[in-house]
Amino acid sequence: MTRFFQVAWLVMRKDLRVESRSWEMVSTTLFFAASTVLVFAFAFVRAGRAVDGAAPGILWIALAFSGTLALGRAFERERHQDALRGLLMAPVERSAIYCGKLMGIVLLMGAAELLVVLAVALTFQAPLLRHPFYLTALLATGTVGFAAVGTLFAAMLLRTQSRGVLLPIILYPVTFPVLIAGVGGTVALVQADPNLELVRFWVALLCFFDAVFLVLSLWTFEPVMTE
Amino acid sequence: MTWGRVGALAIVVLALGMALGPTVAEAGLQPQPALDEFVPMDQVPPEDQLPAAPLLIAAYSLVWVCVFGYLWSIWRRMATVEREIAELSRRLSDR
Amino acid sequence: MNQRMFVVVGAAAVLMFAFAPLMIAWAPYESTMGLVQKVFYFHVPAWFVMFLAIFVSGIASAVHLAKDRPAADRLALSAAELATLFGAIGLITGPLWARKSWGVWWQWDARLTMAIILELIFVAYLLLRKYGGAGSDKLAAGLALFGMANVPFLYISVNVWRTIHPRTSVVPTLGPGMFGAFWWCVVAFLLLFVVVVAARTRLEEQRARVDDLHLALEDY
Repeated sequence: MTRFFQVAWLVMRKDLRVESRSWEMVSTTLFFAASTVLVFAFAFVRAGRAVDGAAPGILWIALAFSGTLALGRAFERERHQDALRGLLMAPVERSAIYCGKLMGIVLLMGAAELLVVLAVALTFQAPLLRHPFYLTALLATGTVGFAAVGTLFAAMLLRTQSRGVLLPIILYPVTFPVLIAGVGGTVALVQADPNLELVRFWVALLCFFDAVFLVLSLWTFEPVMTE
Repeated sequence: MTWGRVGALAIVVLALGMALGPTVAEAGLQPQPALDEFVPMDQVPPEDQLPAAPLLIAAYSLVWVCVFGYLWSIWRRMATVEREIAELSRRLSDR
Repeated sequence: MNQRMFVVVGAAAVLMFAFAPLMIAWAPYESTMGLVQKVFYFHVPAWFVMFLAIFVSGIASAVHLAKDRPAADRLALSAAELATLFGAIGLITGPLWARKSWGVWWQWDARLTMAIILELIFVAYLLLRKYGGAGSDKLAAGLALFGMANVPFLYISVNVWRTIHPRTSVVPTLGPGMFGAFWWCVVAFLLLFVVVVAARTRLEEQRARVDDLHLALEDY
């Protein structure tokens, strides 16, 4: 078990180290996330006032879009000089490689989330930071669920043609439940009279989703990557 | 594609848009029944009530069309494949 | 499935479908929804078959992933196509029914939402198989497995969340006239599913044979 986490940690460290040389992915993903929020601001702010109730949806859409972008780019790196094949040939459990990549993606999406939450709270005057603990729980469980499926699909599509457009096509329908739960929880959190019990329900549901999707992804990674 | 052709295509598209635009806009502006809550259909005034029969007939016809359409498409594809198999087997046995 | 069984099941399906309109017409009217409720006799069996197709596709995909069996993959593809077909039937007959009984074409309640999500997942499966190039059979198998995993959430949702969709407890409480017509249609749809999935899988088998023949020709 420790070996599993050691390998995952090594893979994540490798990704972080490569990223730290150029900060390309982090900076471009963050900028994209900010741009997305701005696009929604132009769409939904009328006469200087934000449309009511749009903030939770925009938050999660911005996360979904920047997450998809980050996933595509994270694995694009592995295509150069057949890096992925080298990684897969290593005498380690393949699901540990998956776990390492997943942790890297979650970190990147987390960074984007920080920016998006602040941007949405500012541009839409939404009281997102009223219950930071609950918001963090929602975002964390939602991100893990989205990234768990996304990492698997992005890895699967690495050697596929049309992978750029196929990733969102196959990712979004499967992760709609996560997005619905996330938005539902955020709505319950920012409404005038926050319904914390409902938020807890959604967080619990997200945990359940995460458990199911993580287990399925861990199991599916090995047979799918043998091609 | 030459610039001349691009220009001609642009003009055709513009003309189509101007012809179809008003129709599309009109369709979108047709009054929809305002629904704040769900009202049982027997409490809605008679002019808003829909006849059920067309909807029912549409639903059932659709099912038949979809099912038969799909069966026909399988039959057609199967015929193509069988022909190809016959052809290939013949070529293989000729060798 | 051999030729004889195929013909028998096919004939049974045809007979049941021929008789179904009579059974539906004889069934009593439902008190609040009247005539339009009769869509129920095709709408619900279509959804049953879609769920069945999803499970068949998911399980066949799991087998293909675990054991690398092309036969399982062919079954998964056929079942996925049928899931899309019957899902489309459900998603079109549903709004036609809803327009009359609820007054709106569409409502974002839990079950409808999940229904359209499942339909999208299996459309994505078909797109992936068609445009994914080589090796997309395993990738699509992974997707089908996730699609199957979403189904329990769909079924539970109606009973957990408040919704205007008829609750799942409607079916066991059907009156005698409706009960017969409903289950007749369910069996008819199930037989249809079996026949069509067998035919579609056979088509895939023949296509695989064409590939083998091409390869055999190239060997000379």
